[in-house]
Amino acid sequence: MAAKKMVKQTEPAKKNVSVEINGVKYSYDVEPRLLLVHFIREYAGLTGTHIGCDTTNCGACTVLMQFDGKWKAIKSCTYFAVQANGKKILTIEGMAKGDELHPLQKAFWEHHGLQCGYCTPGMIMASAGFLMINPNPTEEEVRHGISGNLCRCTGYVNIVKAILAAAEEIRSSGKPVVEV
Amino acid sequence: MIPRKFEYLAPTTLAQAVSFLRKYKDAKVLSGGMSLIPMMKLRLVSPQYIVDINNIKGLNYIKDGGRVVRIGALARHADIEHSPIIKKKLPLLAEAAPQIADMQVRNLGTFIGSLAHADPAADWPASILALDAELVAQGTGKRRIKAVKFFKGPFETALKPTEILVEAVIPVPSGPKVGQAYLKFERKAGDYATVGVAASAVLNQKNEVQSLGIGLTAVAPAPFKATEAEEILLGQRPTKDLIEKAAQAAADMSDPSSDLRGSAEYKREMAKVFTRRALNKAFERAGVSV
Ligand SMILES: Cc1cc2nc3c(=O)[nH]c(=O)nc-3n(C[C@H](O)[C@H](O)[C@H](O)COP(=O)(O)OP(=O)(O)OC[C@H]3O[C@@H](n4cnc5c(N)ncnc54)[C@H](O)[C@@H]3O)c2cc1C
Ligand code: FES
Ligand code: FES
Repeated sequence: MAAKKMVKQTEPAKKNVSVEINGVKYSYDVEPRLLLVHFIREYAGLTGTHIGCDTTNCGACTVLMQFDGKWKAIKSCTYFAVQANGKKILTIEGMAKGDELHPLQKAFWEHHGLQCGYCTPGMIMASAGFLMINPNPTEEEVRHGISGNLCRCTGYVNIVKAILAAAEEIRSSGKPVVEV
Repeated sequence: MIPRKFEYLAPTTLAQAVSFLRKYKDAKVLSGGMSLIPMMKLRLVSPQYIVDINNIKGLNYIKDGGRVVRIGALARHADIEHSPIIKKKLPLLAEAAPQIADMQVRNLGTFIGSLAHADPAADWPASILALDAELVAQGTGKRRIKAVKFFKGPFETALKPTEILVEAVIPVPSGPKVGQAYLKFERKAGDYATVGVAASAVLNQKNEVQSLGIGLTAVAPAPFKATEAEEILLGQRPTKDLIEKAAQAAADMSDPSSDLRGSAEYKREMAKVFTRRALNKAFERAGVSV
């Protein structure tokens, strides 16, 4: 079956993709098969978004995207860049405001929520997406919320602590989880 | 991992989407993409055309129609997880939703896409079998397909390649005493089921089972409705003994295969255990203790 398909292979037209990432517009003509994570890393040059497994399991590629009227966490290794055309995206680079870290970033730092840091951008973006759904979670709910993100170093305990601490700070500040 | 090349089509109406499917033979519908894109990356499927239905307006809905709930093609797993209508009217779905995959996958993956995909271990098929739902397919015309007639085999459904699944119409179980449950047995967080059992029961004032739906997933080439188990309890007051017999009947109807999640023998045993537990829970929630 695969061999037959190769023979039939056409050269598909490139598509223009314009997306706003962290408030900046990026517009390129790309192959339809380009994955969003490669658009973010290689075209927009934002390498904070990582690729861990490339199979929708580890969450290292998690970004926030605005669709169906809401900001939601998605795995950018499992989404075509063409699908994102016209949409807004937020990556780890868009979380801090100048020198001021986002409460999640600060909490990960203070509670030692990272060691090698490979999973951290995805972990933080997933946490942001989670806190928008559930601003006042229990520890159990945090664990369920980040179950799509793997960390090979920390054992999760400090990550969970960090998310709970950030949730509290965000609630008491009265500000939204992300300001965009 | 990079998929093979394909042409990307983004219709804005259903009619346009259907016409693309009729025009291009080697085309696939893209809804949530949470099964299709991983398969394309692994090059298990390599369609020449992708028909992305996400730009068609008016497909993301969960509507309370009184005696039925309607779920549109673009309602995501997460929409079902957080829907007040679903919580109130079809708690079975609200219980199943957070057990599917992880938050990010639930944000994109769709209920209808999961039914169309028909993975033999998926969670939604068992739920709609227990609830006796009907599915609406859109080709040049529209037709309704009963859930029991929809699943044909692994990744195989009654849907034609030129049809788009647009809606599920799910009857809301009603009667004097109503109870539902979805139980999933998984090896690790976010994994597919080793076995999943959906149960929906309605009992009368005398505590006799008035109607009962039991759906099982992951223990046969296709999800199935355990009709032989249902018949054992219909018209009866549930007892420990009858529930055990029903659970055995469900396990006897199963046809699991051995894989990393367990041997066929083990899975058949788990089908029994989880059918028993799902029934107990559904009856308990209906206010009937056994
Ligand atoms: C990490 C991970 C874990 C997962 N865990 C689970 C789990 O525990 N339980 C579970 O049930 N599922 C699980 N899934 C699968 C997930 O639920 C998918 O969302 C679902 O199987 C497919 O829905 P989709 O909307 O993403 O469809 P897509 O991936 O877009 O499509 C899947 C198939 O269905 C066809 N299709 C889609 N929509 C339509 C339509 N409207 N009409 C006609 N054909 C259509 C497509 O052409 C394609 O062939 C998991 C997925 C991942 C990546
Ligand atoms: S790289 Fe996307 S989930 Fe692992
Ligand atoms: S800190 Fe190393 S993977 Fe999480």
